[in-house]
Amino acid sequence: MKVSLNKRILDRNDECAQKNKLFFEQNSVLCVNVISSPGSGKTTMLSRTILALKDKLKIGVIEGDIKTDTDAEKIRSTGAAAVQIETQGACHLSAVQVHDALTQIEAMDKDVIFIENVGNLVCPSAFDLGENKRVVLLSVPEGDDKPIKYPGTFAGADVILINKMDLILYIPFDLDRVLNDIRKVNPDAKVFKISAITGDGMQQWYDWLCDMTA
Amino acid sequence: MHETAVAQSIVETILVEAKKIDKKPIRAKISCGQFNALNDEVMEFAFDVASQDTACKGMKLEIHHVPLRANCKKCQNEFEFDIYSGSCPTCGNSEIEFVPDAPLLLEEIEFEDEDS
Repeated sequence: MKVSLNKRILDRNDECAQKNKLFFEQNSVLCVNVISSPGSGKTTMLSRTILALKDKLKIGVIEGDIKTDTDAEKIRSTGAAAVQIETQGACHLSAVQVHDALTQIEAMDKDVIFIENVGNLVCPSAFDLGENKRVVLLSVPEGDDKPIKYPGTFAGADVILINKMDLILYIPFDLDRVLNDIRKVNPDAKVFKISAITGDGMQQWYDWLCDMTA
Repeated sequence: MHETAVAQSIVETILVEAKKIDKKPIRAKISCGQFNALNDEVMEFAFDVASQDTACKGMKLEIHHVPLRANCKKCQNEFEFDIYSGSCPTCGNSEIEFVPDAPLLLEEIEFEDEDS
């Protein structure tokens, strides 16, 4: 006997994501889900962004890592509120984890909530967290083949930050190829070339963020 | 390994459905789009692990991959998207728009018949 269901498999996550989305709408909070490989510079990029915009925007950060709260500590050293979720092995954050974290950083009083997802270019993109915008970071040392190898992740991005541009002189990285491959899977994404360490190129990213919260 | 979370969700749903009609589930069919990045071997393994010690143990899981489709903005042709070419197979234009990728669906569950 066959029973036809056609039921969304991650519907419980999606239902909670809708609750989060409603929370962000009702409290005029811009929620940005930041996805990348481990070591691409998410925390450095966020720390610099918080320091640059601290007089303009109230920012809170939800940190996702398999273990440790070192990233949340780094964010707190900038003066921003941060809460660490330790996933204990899970390779992505879920909407329920984000929902629980929102109350811990008084999210309703913030202008922007960044969710720094677990470092991984595959799994996080399958889980809607209720965010308003999705940012994918790609750093030069990872290589220029990432957009075409992980098309699902790059296709879902509103903004793609190409980080560690200060290293492009020393590492074989075909920037034209990357831009071309991004266009194939996501012609509408904004692409900003940055160095979170030196600060080069960061202004256009700040401008975008301020536009989104205006 | 997001397949682990997907497998747990499938098993939970099947157990609810099995309880409703009090029958043993023997096969399930799921479908996914290209951006869900589901790997068959990992998915089957994760499903086996999630089914242990439940009524789903020993079930067969069928995974159907739905191709990604795109529309050409120039000639309006709808085609199956090939990541290696990235352009319209009819006119060669690379200005395209994706048709929304297929969702992750639990399409069907098969249960053991009374007389089997």
